Amino acid sequence: MSAVGEMKTAAYICRGCGIGERLNTKQMAMVAQKEGKMKVVREHDFLCDASGVQMIRDDIANEAVTHVMIAACSRRAKTEAFNFQDVPMARANIREGVIWSQPEGAAAQEVTQDMADDYVRMGCAEVKKMKLPAGAPVASQNRRVLVVGGGMSGLTAALESAEAGFEAVIVEKQGALGGWAAQLWKRAPFRSPYTDPVDTGVAELVAKVTNHPRIEVHLNATLAQTSGAPGAFTVQVATESGATTALEVGAIIQATGFTTYDIAKLPELGGGQHPNVVDQAGLEALVIAAARQGVPVKRPSDGGEVRSVVFLQCAGQRDDSGKHLPYCSGHCCNTSIKQAMYFKDANPAIDTVVLYTDLRTPGMGEDFYRSGQTKGVTFTKGLASGVAAAGNSCTVQFRDFILDEDTSIEADLVVLATGQVPNSGVNIDIPEDQQPAVKPISILNLTYRQGKDLPQLKDGLTDSHFICFPYETRRTGIYAAGPVRRPMDIAQATEDATGAALKAIQAVENAALGRAAHPRSGDLSYPIVPLEGCTQCKRCTVECPFGAIDEDEKRFPLFNESRCRRCGTCMGACPVRVISFENYSPDTVGSQIKAIDMPDEFSEKPRILVLACENDAYPALDMAGMQRNVYSAFVRVIPVRCLGSVNTVWITDALNGGWDGVMMLGCKHGDDYQCHFVKGSELAGYRMSKVDDTLKQMGLETERVASYEVAITDIARAPQLINEYVAKIQEIGMSPMKGFA
Amino acid sequence: MAKKEYAFYPGCSSQLKASASNYLVSVNAMCQTLDVKLTPIPDWNCCTASIAYAPSSELSRHVMNARNFALAETHLPGQDIVATCAACWLNARESKEKLDGSAQLLADANEALKEAGLKYQAKAEVRHMVEVLIEDFGYDELGKHVVKPLDGIKFAGYVGCQTNRPFGIDGESFENPKYLDKLVETVGGEAAAGYEQKVTCCGGALAFSEPEKSQKQIKDIVEAAYDHGADMIVTPCPLCQANVEVYQADINKRYGTKLNMPVTYYSQLMTVAYGGTAKQAGLDGHIIQPKKLQDIAVRVVNTKK
Amino acid sequence: MSDPNVSAVEQYRNNFLREVEENVDEGQWVKMCMQCGVCAGSCPLGEHWEHSPQKLFMMIRAGKREAVLSTNSMWMCTSCYNCVVRCPRQLPITQIMHGLAAYAHRLGLAPKMQPTRDFSIQFWENCTRTGRVNELRLTIGLYFRDGLVAGFKKGWSMRNVAFGLLKAKRLNPFELFKGHECKDRKGIQAMLKKANEIDARKKRPTT
Repeated sequence: MSAVGEMKTAAYICRGCGIGERLNTKQMAMVAQKEGKMKVVREHDFLCDASGVQMIRDDIANEAVTHVMIAACSRRAKTEAFNFQDVPMARANIREGVIWSQPEGAAAQEVTQDMADDYVRMGCAEVKKMKLPAGAPVASQNRRVLVVGGGMSGLTAALESAEAGFEAVIVEKQGALGGWAAQLWKRAPFRSPYTDPVDTGVAELVAKVTNHPRIEVHLNATLAQTSGAPGAFTVQVATESGATTALEVGAIIQATGFTTYDIAKLPELGGGQHPNVVDQAGLEALVIAAARQGVPVKRPSDGGEVRSVVFLQCAGQRDDSGKHLPYCSGHCCNTSIKQAMYFKDANPAIDTVVLYTDLRTPGMGEDFYRSGQTKGVTFTKGLASGVAAAGNSCTVQFRDFILDEDTSIEADLVVLATGQVPNSGVNIDIPEDQQPAVKPISILNLTYRQGKDLPQLKDGLTDSHFICFPYETRRTGIYAAGPVRRPMDIAQATEDATGAALKAIQAVENAALGRAAHPRSGDLSYPIVPLEGCTQCKRCTVECPFGAIDEDEKRFPLFNESRCRRCGTCMGACPVRVISFENYSPDTVGSQIKAIDMPDEFSEKPRILVLACENDAYPALDMAGMQRNVYSAFVRVIPVRCLGSVNTVWITDALNGGWDGVMMLGCKHGDDYQCHFVKGSELAGYRMSKVDDTLKQMGLETERVASYEVAITDIARAPQLINEYVAKIQEIGMSPMKGFA
Repeated sequence: MAKKEYAFYPGCSSQLKASASNYLVSVNAMCQTLDVKLTPIPDWNCCTASIAYAPSSELSRHVMNARNFALAETHLPGQDIVATCAACWLNARESKEKLDGSAQLLADANEALKEAGLKYQAKAEVRHMVEVLIEDFGYDELGKHVVKPLDGIKFAGYVGCQTNRPFGIDGESFENPKYLDKLVETVGGEAAAGYEQKVTCCGGALAFSEPEKSQKQIKDIVEAAYDHGADMIVTPCPLCQANVEVYQADINKRYGTKLNMPVTYYSQLMTVAYGGTAKQAGLDGHIIQPKKLQDIAVRVVNTKK
Repeated sequence: MSDPNVSAVEQYRNNFLREVEENVDEGQWVKMCMQCGVCAGSCPLGEHWEHSPQKLFMMIRAGKREAVLSTNSMWMCTSCYNCVVRCPRQLPITQIMHGLAAYAHRLGLAPKMQPTRDFSIQFWENCTRTGRVNELRLTIGLYFRDGLVAGFKKGWSMRNVAFGLLKAKRLNPFELFKGHECKDRKGIQAMLKKANEIDARKKRPTT
């Protein structure tokens, strides 16, 4: 290695995969040397093979090369071959980005070569601005996993963590473990043959957890405060007496489950009106009580014999009137089938009718449904309009959708299949003065700047990156598992908890090494902020999707590296551009924008800057190349960590530098977002909506900056968008700003 | 290829001067070319079709079919039973599945069969002639015998119901079976691609009891063949053939249409392509004359195989 | 012997589903219907069914005995088996429809003068008399079911079909007197008699 501060750059130009045949690599080498000012420039016929890689290694070892620029395939390809841990490296995408996305033949030769030369210029410019990330391992490496909630999800998460060798702590609000599952007589089957209700297994699980040497259980306990970051959380566990105990933990799993929807909100269905109308939990209680006495289930009103039971599905759920839960709770159809079987298995003469509009039986529930039919459970497609309960009998009025008539059934017992209401704590997006009258109690009591609890999605469900990383929340190191994040049954909650436990373990391990959690797993870079430049505008602290940035006592941003996902949204937000990563900064991109050879106004060669999300749009373009989907040779694509990291300075620099247009390709945002960083693309959209004014001030057409939502699957569409945009820019004409920069 | 032998179950409609007698004629000619020996099951009886359900019991219908199986097992041991009629095949096969699948039903059936001095041993296999062609010969082999390719004739391959459902030919889909089109192509004809009435019901037995409703079905089947530019329809089912052919005049009267679409059997196509005469192919058995097929049948070919 | 319908009503009271399960061929499948309606949409004569199979199954569960057994619907089945191959629950719907029709016929509840019912009866009689179908007698029998005059009218209207078939040697006028037949007709009769005895032996007391 060379002495500190002494930079020795090297460019390597591959001639393999057809690059040598299609392009003048000698010219590219010249560009790297003359314009890129690379100290070492080498061409190779097959750079990713052992001899090519060894050549680079030798240069690093023997020639004191400190910065490597590789002009070959996409940075997404050959990552194992081109893996030089000791030096910063830039990759010029010549294969997918140039020769595979451009047509062959003499007519296209000049612009294709232009493209390759520019990518070499850009790679050289970028690498010179890059530093090797040092990483920031968390000093206090706590590997313990805290599980909030001792129900089926929490017990599973704790046990899975402990079995994997990590210590686990359960904090449970109630006086006993087991949660709702402990209130069930049996559960729906979760393994073959899926025909009969089976034992819940809760007692066994509780015993395992209670006796596990690596699991500590706090009952009747809540969290009075949670602070810190992955690998270094401190929580205050409060007991009923008010006494608190401080615990150091590395990661947190919130498995706080659900509350059943209040049956009293359904008086028209007899909820809260009559003892013979119960919810599913109420029925479990009746069955357990009867089983304890060894007698059949009795009618609550008079203890009489139950000869008929009607189950009303979707009671107070899937409601579009705005009065009740809008969503389906997923488990209730299987639960009603199970409960109907309680009766049928005990006495086939008991009539059981499940009144449904759509029977939804996830998992292997279809087999269970079929088993219910075999046992003689009647399934009637219809919707109850009312339950009239008088004396010891109930009359269920309903519309039969198949027979297309209003009719009724008599029942001794009516069971309302109500839904799950997540125990999500405080909705941090609602301002303090607009919180509901009965204020929810915070679960985590986070000391984070951005609120006490995890963010919530629609309908009060706790945050979850449902597209890619279901247990992942926007608070790094804090995971959501079970019905708190989405309604679900025991089988799904168990799976959820197992997944969340693995994620928690990963978070603890990453924090110890100073590495990012996914999606930039393993990234050692983190935001560096020289505070002298900071104007305390707070945009970074507000906009960080992950609540990674608090404020210190002097109101400067206080970065918690291990909470950071390295998306760069703070970097994109910073108006004074003081936030940067060692290997990704306003400069690494800005220098590329300035590095290209800008043709003059009369060249008929416009230049369009494409800033493409590295998770979706950039791979889509790579794949477009693989499929030889041709796109305009006038674009120059720069991958960005997230559109959220795009600083408007790049746009103004590009326009001032004579670029004719800027295209931003990012992920879908909104409720059904696809952004890996949840809010990144949304924030970018918001920021860019303000760019129009700047354009007008510069006397430029607003079309010169455009944003598009591109998915990773848009392999045909992305090139098409590019071509359409280039055509539009050609129509508008070349930028008048050329030649001033 | 060595001679192949089967226990033949021709079915009622294939008998002399019955509604599908020309089907039998062409099957015999086709089998001669293919060196297939069909020995009729001695004293075979009706399969009871799918219409006899009202007054009869399940058991009595199974017993009728079991009698044929028992006769085949006794007189033609080791030979597969081959039916040419869709209903015969379906009912025989359904009975066999039921009988083979239930020891009780089998015992009951044999108790009844005993009265006729017979016993079904659940050995004989039940197959359709099309299965024999496709599975025991294969398209390539079938194509080798073609001496007069059916050039210039476009056929709407009308598979119908009971050769296709509920059992169907192995490997074919219920919604779009391809074997009939493949057979057409094997003998050098053109198959009307995308013929959407391929598996539509012609009304079956209800052509007799509910003529108006059935003729609406038949009208759709024939009109679609015209829409696809077909010269004629080809089918593997005798009831389909009869229903679709004989009611066209009635339909014309009822709907004011001018339908005049010949309806042929696959076996007739093969017989003609194999060099058989019009008579051998049973082409004299049509109410609507399959002119183009007849033309090829009378044409003399020099290249004799 | 008591009226089979009256005794069935007495025996099963309001549990029509159980009555169907115990008396109708393949009736045990009725409860397995999941009400998707694919059968209704797959039936070639669907528009002529008063109640689709899907609806009939629901009516059975809802105890609508009279309406189910007296409907024309099941008699519209052409035995095309489209519903069977499309049913996601693999219910033998065609067979159940035949079974329901047969049960309605047995109890005397099937619609009077239902042409398919009459045809069914004639077909069975025709094919079991000699062991083989006599097509001419079968056709004529159906034409004359409404009486002599109607029969001649019907026959006259179909004369072109008949002449066509005659010309094509696919119809034999002498079949009216003696047609195709099995040799062992006695054996067939004895065997069917036995089958009926076995059925009677197994039948519940009601029917």
